[in-house]
Amino acid sequence: MSTMLDVEDLRVQFPTRTGVVDAVRGVSFTLGRERLGIVGESGSGKSQTGRAIMGLTPPHARITAKTLNFDGIDLLTASVKERRALRGNRIAMILQDPKYSLNPVMSIGRQIVETLRTHEKVSKAEARRRALDMLTAVQIRDPERVYDLHPHEVSGGMGQRAMIAMMLITGPELLIADEPTSALDVTVQLDVLRILDNLVRDRGMGLIFISHDLRLVSSFCDRVIVMYAGRIVEEIAARDLHMAKHPYTRGLLNCMPQIDNDRHPLPVLDRKPEWAA
Amino acid sequence: MTHALTTENLEVVFNRFRALRAVSIDVAPGESFGLVGESGSGKSTLLRAVAGLAPVSGGTITVNGKTLGSKRTKAFYREVQMVFQDPYGSLHPRQTVDRLLLEPLAVHGFGDIEKRILRALDEVGLGSSFRFRYSHQLSGGQRQRVAIARALILEPSIVLLDEPTSALDASVQAEVLNLLEQIRRDRKLTFLMVSHDLAVITHMCDRLMVMQNGAEVERLTAAELTKRKVSQDYTRNLLIASQGFVRPEVPAGG
Repeated sequence: MSTMLDVEDLRVQFPTRTGVVDAVRGVSFTLGRERLGIVGESGSGKSQTGRAIMGLTPPHARITAKTLNFDGIDLLTASVKERRALRGNRIAMILQDPKYSLNPVMSIGRQIVETLRTHEKVSKAEARRRALDMLTAVQIRDPERVYDLHPHEVSGGMGQRAMIAMMLITGPELLIADEPTSALDVTVQLDVLRILDNLVRDRGMGLIFISHDLRLVSSFCDRVIVMYAGRIVEEIAARDLHMAKHPYTRGLLNCMPQIDNDRHPLPVLDRKPEWAA
Repeated sequence: MTHALTTENLEVVFNRFRALRAVSIDVAPGESFGLVGESGSGKSTLLRAVAGLAPVSGGTITVNGKTLGSKRTKAFYREVQMVFQDPYGSLHPRQTVDRLLLEPLAVHGFGDIEKRILRALDEVGLGSSFRFRYSHQLSGGQRQRVAIARALILEPSIVLLDEPTSALDASVQAEVLNLLEQIRRDRKLTFLMVSHDLAVITHMCDRLMVMQNGAEVERLTAAELTKRKVSQDYTRNLLIASQGFVRPEVPAGG
């Protein structure tokens, strides 16, 4: 499997008034054309890892790494212009809540066309046709109608599908999905995942799926990285998750209520300081 | 036996939209009753109608044998308290924990304020060191504990819980669910709890109702759900969805 993304010893630091906050502390992994899950709780650094790869870290933060390489391009030394050419074109990102991540005063169709025409020289008519095709590909039944709707006029599931359409229209090689379904109902969640799954497979993309939901990620991805306090505590094949060794991973799996397993009280995580060491 | 809480053919209409369609539930004293459904199913509306936060346009609500009128009295709020979903939105950002807990006591003219505040904090597992913090100085789980303490400080007999853990991390959720269970046992409280998560409801409740489009789909006991003894397809779909993603079989290797 060819490596597309190579991350070695990635660190993200935020200087604050009260000292430096280490959000990501030495994360290393490689990614080929596969589905990689990054799991962790709030503050574990999972989102900041994704944002650093995407180049969306706030300017006052400090990013360092031994290697941060996407398909031969050194992302650390790439100019702003080079990063902009990659972002949205070869590397795309899906965010959590379509209510906040879509432009509220622009129709869905125009937003998709805007993304396309930023990265490719296509005529308006051609762009419209491709946007409609993309809306069809994310299984929106009446693309002509949805094209002219504004984000507040569609449901959360439909909004998230529009978001996926917008991100995939440029044919990216790497897709970073940061909690793409956490704002959706469970049944809608599965619809959106199914669409995402098909597109990732058909187009041979690499996918980084960032989520707090260990069970969902393991049912969707090939490989899972578990993060705690800015570090990777465990990396495991998704199908071997039940054999996870690290007490944090096991604790996370164990503390969720299960329909078939009635336990009172629920086991709670006993956080050990050495996990964060 | 008088029920702690019943609703009969309860209707809620917003403008012309029927958010709740003839919903009837009955909750025994000390019971924990769950409402499950997706967004827009009316589960939160039912809770809010009981609390007096949604306009009731038909049907009756009875609490401890008394049928409620359109206005909620102070006595009602001593009996019935609510914990909201988002601890970031439901605590006053410019009040300390002490002030937040003082408010309900002052409104209801309680004495022994000092002792009650300390006991309430202790009960939810927060030390007295949290007493003079602002809510932005607390984590999500700590905030939800403060919200629970605020609900319990009036010693209600019925607590309405609107997705109390869905804004929390899994490990924090376990702690808060354990806390709620223990408090219910110790104080013999009646819970009416709303969640979109079937596993959470099955864990916390004796009986539950599945809702869709403002109406009841079916009523089950937690044991029936565990044994998959469900009669409606909608409930079955929810059960399947709660198991996570299943990759469809792909021809040609996948």
